[in-house]
Amino acid sequence: MAQTAEHKHPNYMAIFWWLAILTALELMIIFTGLPKLVVGVLLCSAALAKASLVAMYFMHLRFETRTLGLVALTPLTIGTLLVLLLVWDGNPFYHTSNVQPATSAVEKH
Amino acid sequence: MSQVAEMHAGAAVEPAESPLTPESWGKLGMWIFLAGDAVGFGTLLAAYGVMRATSNDWPNPYNVLGINLTAFMTFLLICSSVTMVKALEAVGMGERRRAQTFLLLTALGGAIFVSLQGYEWTHLIERGLHIGGNPWGATLFGTSFFMVTGFHGLHVTGGVIYLLSVLGAVSRQADVRRKYNMVEITGLYWHFVDLVWIMVFTFMYLL
Repeated sequence: MAQTAEHKHPNYMAIFWWLAILTALELMIIFTGLPKLVVGVLLCSAALAKASLVAMYFMHLRFETRTLGLVALTPLTIGTLLVLLLVWDGNPFYHTSNVQPATSAVEKH
Repeated sequence: MSQVAEMHAGAAVEPAESPLTPESWGKLGMWIFLAGDAVGFGTLLAAYGVMRATSNDWPNPYNVLGINLTAFMTFLLICSSVTMVKALEAVGMGERRRAQTFLLLTALGGAIFVSLQGYEWTHLIERGLHIGGNPWGATLFGTSFFMVTGFHGLHVTGGVIYLLSVLGAVSRQADVRRKYNMVEITGLYWHFVDLVWIMVFTFMYLL
């Protein structure tokens, strides 16, 4: 097995500052008094942006082969499916169960 | 063919890279491990999100948990990710002393993170947050908090031990460039731990 290739080293300090700025923005967002949904969307976007920066530049995914990119995408796909299924299951709007509450043994007698 | 492989081309002919003959089996192995681990964390966070969304009495996390300390811990992990890539850069340039320093700083950052997490847990337990209940609302708030942050804390602890063992290997190697692959694989694990904390911080402390 050959020793792995040395990657291009991007400007790590620039990535660091982006991560620091996005973290500071996240902290500011929660105190803006914006509607909860807007705050949620903004925070999720900031978190995904930070995670992408770490994966693409610190983990060098941007410079990696397609195979490793696909391996990295697998949990994201599974995670998205899981969230959709759980949201579907957890949302009372979709609960159409006709199961009656169980009667206690005392009530039966 | 990679740069390093080209350097060694005189000694041995390297096969062209393909999905079945990756440049580094170790790196592929680590990515597969991380993908599995990411599914684990993803499941925990997804379950947390659904419990939170469907609960009527879920406490407001940033009021209960406090975010000043955890914001600092987030910053600390980001800094440790920078020292990790700097260590890899130094290894690539054959600067052993610099690589040792950055690896040590990375491990130190992780050790401080775990210590601060221990302090945070102690403080919250004293205030009444337990795995089976809490004074602020939904019981599962404490359960999920300790489960997710504990699972992540174990990863950081394992990462610190991993980093120290790699530091030892780098210290024993005269030509540090031969350890590039090892340090890069270690870095993948460490950055993953950072990446997961970014998500945990947002979902469990801010949202």
